[in-house]
Amino acid sequence: MSKLIRMDQTGHSTLAEWTIEDPEAVEAAVEAFRSELERGYMAMVSTGPGHAEQVRELPIDADLVILRLPISGG
Amino acid sequence: MAAQPQPQPLAAPQILPEAAAVHWRPRVDEARLRRVGHLWTLTTVAHVVPFTLAAIGLMVLQPLALPVALACLAHAWVIPELYAQRGANVLRSHKRGSDDSERRSVGLLGDLVGHDARELHAQTGLLTEPGRLGIWLVGEAGALLLPFGERKAYCYCVKVDARHAEAATLPSGDRIAHLLLALRTDEQGFATVANLSFAGARWRVRRRLRKPQRPALAAATTAVERDPR
Repeated sequence: MSKLIRMDQTGHSTLAEWTIEDPEAVEAAVEAFRSELERGYMAMVSTGPGHAEQVRELPIDADLVILRLPISGG
Repeated sequence: MAAQPQPQPLAAPQILPEAAAVHWRPRVDEARLRRVGHLWTLTTVAHVVPFTLAAIGLMVLQPLALPVALACLAHAWVIPELYAQRGANVLRSHKRGSDDSERRSVGLLGDLVGHDARELHAQTGLLTEPGRLGIWLVGEAGALLLPFGERKAYCYCVKVDARHAEAATLPSGDRIAHLLLALRTDEQGFATVANLSFAGARWRVRRRLRKPQRPALAAATTAVERDPR
């Protein structure tokens, strides 16, 4: 089961869960994904120990997609 | 249902999107890091040496000027310490969220790192993360870089962009996870986006860290010294 989560004030919220075999769940996940990107979130997937990648389309085969906010110098 | 696009990661090497907001800054690399480190060393010397020489000169010319000489020496000591304090401040903890949100955020953070890093975070509130430039120590609102082959610490102030209303309400684990994911995406971009608060001797920074945080610096120091690079 793949998950789309957003880091927020609750710690994190699960926005969507899907499996590749469930097209409706995938579609819902893609919609949730796009909507969060429009709100300014960035989507990240881990690509191995110590590596992460930003994605602009939902990688439906990823186990976990994390939405984060942009960072800036303090 | 519309056909779903296949996962399309951005073209490698990936550039941190936030770097576009600081397009005038040269991208940080090993050479630039060293150059900036040398500049900080020169600045420290420029503060310490004149005050120290003035103190010596005063004592040679007029021993009764001891109080003024001591004041000069105090300046020579205090100014670098204030810079180091500014550096250590990047690892200060912020306001806690609710217990539940803190627990959930730390749980997510724990999923992103290994056992040792999890333990260190539980103990100190900081994470170590190996990179290409050195070993990073990541906190809620900043990160320290201990570069390979140097005895310096580079203190970067960087946090979740406060222009997003949600940034203020994030629990501590999420703040760190934001920085960790950005760092893992593009280490050089991360160092470019962040504001350098201090670069100088590790021992200076260590003295200014809160006691519970010092084991994290010790762990990062051990890791960087073990690395043959």
